[in-house]
Amino acid sequence: MNQINTNKEYQEYVNQKSPNSPIFRNCFNSFWVGGLICAIGQIIMEICKYRGLDTEMSATIVSISLIFLSAFLTALNIFNKIGKFAGAGSLVPITGFANSIVSPSMEYKSEGYVMGVGAKMFTVAGPVLVYGISTSILVGICYLIFMGI
Amino acid sequence: MFQDFFNGLDWMMLIKAFVVGGLICVIGQVLIDKTKLTPARILVIFVTAGAILGGLGIYQKLVDYAGAGATVPLTGFGNLLAKGAIKKAETDGLVGTFTGGTAAAAGGIAAAIFFGYIASLVSKPKMKKQ
Repeated sequence: MNQINTNKEYQEYVNQKSPNSPIFRNCFNSFWVGGLICAIGQIIMEICKYRGLDTEMSATIVSISLIFLSAFLTALNIFNKIGKFAGAGSLVPITGFANSIVSPSMEYKSEGYVMGVGAKMFTVAGPVLVYGISTSILVGICYLIFMGI
Repeated sequence: MFQDFFNGLDWMMLIKAFVVGGLICVIGQVLIDKTKLTPARILVIFVTAGAILGGLGIYQKLVDYAGAGATVPLTGFGNLLAKGAIKKAETDGLVGTFTGGTAAAAGGIAAAIFFGYIASLVSKPKMKKQ
């Protein structure tokens, strides 16, 4: 093995040894998995509309169905494998939000049903709700100001 | 009955949902790979961005174009919150801004909490295998 003398050489050595981040492959996987989840959502949407439900009701049913599916797959320990493969593809859709609630609630069961399951399930979902709901209130207030009510 | 459904199925819409939904996920993937943001931060960014774009009325155009491709990603969740807050603000004023958003997204939030709790009840506590 060659002696490494300078910082620059060391940097080159590190770059050579570390795996080059496979960003293209990651993006491709997240594209088709994320797209597929949305397409499944669209099919559920079409079924609801076919049954004569309105758009809002259909969208709610799509969310609940995908959340159920995600919770079910998380409980079977399948979702984590999909997540490792797809990255943002399964994180960004509503399935990722559901997984972020279900996964810690299962993991922290041993810490009890109140401070374990009840509290830890919001580790990731809590911030999402805090920022989502706060932003929506600000948006509503801005709307009122601009409409001059 | 299935025949009728498949004949009436809007295949173009399905493709649009696939492509738009996939592209929104790719934005998230690029953020993960390039910025080292944690998944929690990515989700917060997406829901906030969705709520702001929803408030500006931009996101609704994407929803009209791509259907579930825009509503299923978490940006759609943010859009739903903002849209609900605006809709309620029109009728109930300031109080509506507080009730509208959460009410619109209540189905998803409640489902995630409930199914999460059920999953923890049925799962056996175990040591991680990795």
